[in-house]
Amino acid sequence: MQRLIETRELYTDFFTFEGVVKALNGVSIVVNQGETYGLVGESGCGKSVSVRSMMRIVQAPGKIVGGKILLFLSKEDREKGIDILKRSEAYMESIRGNDISMIFQEASTSLNPVLSIGYQVGESFLLHRLDEMLSETIDTLKGEIESGVNIFSRLWKSFQIGMFRNELESYLKYKRRVEEIDRRLYELEDSEDSESVSERNHLNRVRDRLSKKSGLVEFVEHFPVLRRYRKKLNKTVRKHIIMLLEELGVPNPHNIVDRYPHELSGGMQQRIVIAIALACHPTLLIADEPTSNLDVTIQAQIVDLIKLLKKTTISSVLFITHDLGLVAEICDRVTVMYAGDACETTSVTELFEKPLHPYTKGLLRAVPKIDSEGELETIPGTVPNLINPPTGCRFHPRCPHAMEICSKEKPPTVEYSAGHSVACFLYSEKKDM
Amino acid sequence: MAENLIDIRELKKYYPVHGGIFKRHIADIKAVDGVDLKIEKGECLGLVGESGCGKTTLGKTILRLHGATSGRIYFGQSEDIIERIESLLKSENPEERQEGEKLLRQHDLTRLSRKNLLPLRKKIQIVFQDPSNSLNPRMLVKAIIAEPLIAQRLMSGKDIEKRVLELLYTVGLAKEHMMRYPHEFSGGQRQRIAIARALATYPEFILMDEPTSALDVSVQAQILNLLKKLQDEFKLTYLFVTHHLLVVKHISNRIAVMYLGKMAELGPTAEIFDKPLHPYTKALLSAIPIPDPKTKMEKIILSGDVPNPINPPSGCRFHPRCKYAKDICREVEPKLEVAEGRHQVACHRWKEIS
Ligand SMILES: Nc1ncnc2c1ncn2[C@@H]1O[C@H](COP(=O)(O)OP(=O)(O)OP(=O)(O)O)[C@@H](O)[C@H]1O
Ligand SMILES: Nc1ncnc2c1ncn2[C@@H]1O[C@H](COP(=O)(O)OP(=O)(O)OP(=O)(O)O)[C@@H](O)[C@H]1O
Ligand code: SF4
Ligand SMILES: [Mg+2]
Ligand SMILES: [Mg+2]
Repeated sequence: MQRLIETRELYTDFFTFEGVVKALNGVSIVVNQGETYGLVGESGCGKSVSVRSMMRIVQAPGKIVGGKILLFLSKEDREKGIDILKRSEAYMESIRGNDISMIFQEASTSLNPVLSIGYQVGESFLLHRLDEMLSETIDTLKGEIESGVNIFSRLWKSFQIGMFRNELESYLKYKRRVEEIDRRLYELEDSEDSESVSERNHLNRVRDRLSKKSGLVEFVEHFPVLRRYRKKLNKTVRKHIIMLLEELGVPNPHNIVDRYPHELSGGMQQRIVIAIALACHPTLLIADEPTSNLDVTIQAQIVDLIKLLKKTTISSVLFITHDLGLVAEICDRVTVMYAGDACETTSVTELFEKPLHPYTKGLLRAVPKIDSEGELETIPGTVPNLINPPTGCRFHPRCPHAMEICSKEKPPTVEYSAGHSVACFLYSEKKDM
Repeated sequence: MAENLIDIRELKKYYPVHGGIFKRHIADIKAVDGVDLKIEKGECLGLVGESGCGKTTLGKTILRLHGATSGRIYFGQSEDIIERIESLLKSENPEERQEGEKLLRQHDLTRLSRKNLLPLRKKIQIVFQDPSNSLNPRMLVKAIIAEPLIAQRLMSGKDIEKRVLELLYTVGLAKEHMMRYPHEFSGGQRQRIAIARALATYPEFILMDEPTSALDVSVQAQILNLLKKLQDEFKLTYLFVTHHLLVVKHISNRIAVMYLGKMAELGPTAEIFDKPLHPYTKALLSAIPIPDPKTKMEKIILSGDVPNPINPPSGCRFHPRCKYAKDICREVEPKLEVAEGRHQVACHRWKEIS
């Protein structure tokens, strides 16, 4: 399987007032091309921090303090991958949205309350799919001219076409240039001699300063009358927004685009956030509990949409959820996390049939089932404090099988069977020591 | 028969839509459009339904977080008074109707004055859908949980601290979490803080707006068990809004299914799960994801456009998406009728299709 993104021994800490919260304790996970990958675990175990680290957007006072994050996006860097922790912020900015996009956990906080829904979704289209939008606008304008119009509107339309062509060209040029720089940077990545270091710095600076706009467009923007040519582009974008919202089952999308976030129900806000993430056709979609605010029928609809997009545009999906039913339905492989550790990784069928880690077993027993009665089973004990996490295996104070060694050493991750790895001393040779 | 804690009659809540150059009032979003609902003392009523169908709006109206457009909510009123007011209101005689209106001002939650409302505030609490919005980011957790206690002047400094600690333990957090700010917690931990705050004033009624959707299953199980325990201990009454049907099944005694501002079906939990009558309920139940990769249930995918609450479909609001719809469904609005015992349904054809 070809990898798409990989974290190796990732450590992320939060430097808070009372001490250092060791939120990630050496997390290694791999998302392959073309798969739907699930991340499950107790609330507070570091799922969101893991994916935020992968996008380099850990909130302050958090910091990635160790490990690697490798990205295997294009054909050339499939061999060794790009270590994104070494790249500039501008590089990350072009990755976010274009290649990886994320649906955040709490929908309402990731929407801007003072901007209309249409503006916020449209921004995503204009930032990441400008070329498509431009070519489509040009085509509609051409069509309109052909269908016969009077001389004035013909002139105006030709002017618009000219402007959009110009914009498209400079955008494509910009894209090519960025690609060139990135390729060169990739070649230079590991060399440490002074010449390549200075070239690297130079290239990073050039890349930060590159402008997407051509001189002509900037010039025209000084004239309000002429600037109106862009209305046509906004119309194209609006059409796409409405189409996308319709696909997501948002009622009455024509009206919704002009509304503001607080006027929508929780589930609708959630779908707007999903729309923003899907608008840019990412290679990897990270979805942090995207459906927990939605009723099951709409959830089923969105899950279907994600499945469909996976066949066409999106390559892989990283799916965080608490709903093991949903995991069973859509994920190919799953990692179970506990208190900053990735404790078990396996295919979804094995997860339900043959869970190995004591925590995974406990988790599966706590799932409410259609035919369950009485008290739900829980895992005794409380969630550990991550400032002073338990020594050794972080699960040992709550583990029914804890042995002496569990409190002393961190269990290594071993491959129990093909594609099924687990970090627990019950399954490593050290057990008998 | 059990006593009713809350009795809702013909409740409506419309949100105005403004448009045009002068921002004139052009239409209404009919978020809750004529709901009758009784919540019994000590029961947990699960409220489910499509997202955007008005569940949160209904809850907020019960809490008087915003006014109702019309309708009446009786909280903790005796049956006699309710019946008396209702009959007065229906009377032909204008004087009697006037007297009914007068009584309403003392007994109807939507019309109570601020002064009369205050003692009720402590009895009614809410846990919101999205904890990150409801917790003040600039307050320490300790202050957040103590806030309702202080606002209600229920106890003094030392006792408050003790109570806060007790509450934190109840919801599975610890002492060291007291001096932190909400953003330093994970989503699920924040939700537990919100639950602790809701429990602080020993309320009689708690509205839970998706309290466990941010929680993982083991913590969810803990909290559900906790909520059940509290319910038995203090005779708490819950209105439990959620999308997670298996959770509803586990905690509720009765389930109410809403569709586009109206009640579609209402009945004891077991009956709803064993014998759903309304076509929407059937679709809902079939879409539950089953935690087992081998069983693939046949899902009823709802076709057709999601309806628009500004201009809801005529007749039965579900008819454009209902595969059993007939002419009558397009023309006449079905009333909530008793199907069997305590099981009610609003559908013209439930008998034929079950
Ligand atoms: N800004 C912060 N400051 C301090 N600690 C933080 C901060 N953000 C997260 N943490 C801590 O990091 C740990 C992991 O949090 P994270 O948000 O990744 O959990 P999660 O697995 O996503 O949980 P949930 O399922 O509840 O969303 C938690 O123990 C949390 O308290
Ligand atoms: N402040 C508001 N202004 C205008 N419209 C609103 C407002 N709040 C809610 N609405 C509308 O009222 C309808 C019902 O919203 P509500 O929040 O009650 O839904 P809900 O059933 O709680 O959905 P969810 O499960 O998604 O939270 C929706 O169509 C929503 O757009
Ligand atoms: S009343 Fe008619 S349209 Fe409505 S749910 Fe019943 S059968 Fe379907
Ligand atoms: Mg999270
Ligand atoms: Mg809601």
